[in-house]
Amino acid sequence: MSGTWVAVLVTAAGCYGLKLAGLTVPQRVLASPRARRFAELVPVALLAALAATQSTTSGHTFDFDPARLAGMGAAVVALLLRAPFLVVIIVAAGTAAALRAAGFA
Amino acid sequence: MQAPEPRRCRARTFKTRTGALGSVLRVSGPRIEPGAEPAGAGSGSPEPAGLSAGVRARPVRDGAGLGLAVGVSGVAFGAAAVSAGLSTWQACALSLLAFTGASQFALAGVIAGGGSQLAGTAGAILLGSRNTLYGLRLAGVLRPRGALRLLAALGVIDETTAITLAQPDPAAARAGFTATFCCLYLTWNLATLGGAIGAGRLGSPDTFGLDVVGPAAFLALIWPRLRAGRTERQVALGGAALAVGTTTVLPVGVPVILAATVALAGALAGPVPDPGPAGDSESSPGTTS
Repeated sequence: MSGTWVAVLVTAAGCYGLKLAGLTVPQRVLASPRARRFAELVPVALLAALAATQSTTSGHTFDFDPARLAGMGAAVVALLLRAPFLVVIIVAAGTAAALRAAGFA
Repeated sequence: MQAPEPRRCRARTFKTRTGALGSVLRVSGPRIEPGAEPAGAGSGSPEPAGLSAGVRARPVRDGAGLGLAVGVSGVAFGAAAVSAGLSTWQACALSLLAFTGASQFALAGVIAGGGSQLAGTAGAILLGSRNTLYGLRLAGVLRPRGALRLLAALGVIDETTAITLAQPDPAAARAGFTATFCCLYLTWNLATLGGAIGAGRLGSPDTFGLDVVGPAAFLALIWPRLRAGRTERQVALGGAALAVGTTTVLPVGVPVILAATVALAGALAGPVPDPGPAGDSESSPGTTS
């Protein structure tokens, strides 16, 4: 089995186990407001980190690809205009694709 | 997956519900949606037998609508996963078994960046930890038993939690959970397959801007939370800065996990959400917090 398959299956098992744990463990476990606040903020920190690193880095180096950055900028504009999720994605990818097709990047 | 902004015609209803997600973790018991129609909230009858079809129609309709709208974005995941180097079946396995969008995107993202699979897996699982909190909240409402609990666990995600906890009574909550879960699960998995096959047939993913799909999806996923409060915005900026700043010195994938420490700092230093904001003071009895 390839390493990628292992990663896929371990991720699946871990994610499922975390869901099941919530339905199974006693309610008191995460009664602390600080613990709940942490769990609320974890996705915010991780997803922001993912968005930032994937926009501006490649491997170990900075990689400011103009088309990609423009795509992210278009995503921000779409979000500010309250566009639905899929529209945001399409606008972002479309912007990058259009700039590349036009030879800007 | 987090509920994105809905289609325009239903914007008001869904905005209320997905907006409730932020307070979901602070309120115990079924939450009466502020904008709920009297027909849904007014029955006050806890026994399922006493519920008319009309009372359940609303959570089913809303759940199915949200499930369809969000599930379609599985296309983006399928395309991003295949562009990242996962096979079509690996993308489908993640959607079928992990069934939690942010974690799926995260694993694909780290693999695409050439990161270690260990780091990708750790980040994805860390992102899935919020579903444990949702499960804690839903357990009291759904009360699933035996094999049903094993099945229900798969459906514990952002969207099902938002719909379920917006219902006025347990029967409506169960109906809403079931409708959202079924509709979203089917749509998300079919869309993943379609996106994976579609992306696999394209030439270079970058030509179609698919390298922007992942980061744009992450931004869209946290956007509603960034609007929720200052601590959220500080944590997002801090996490992003820490991850980007350590990219050149740490193994690929690790900077993202490191960002969790900013969430910890935000939780410890930020305002305490207890005993609950004013808007939640009407929460039903049985509150554990």
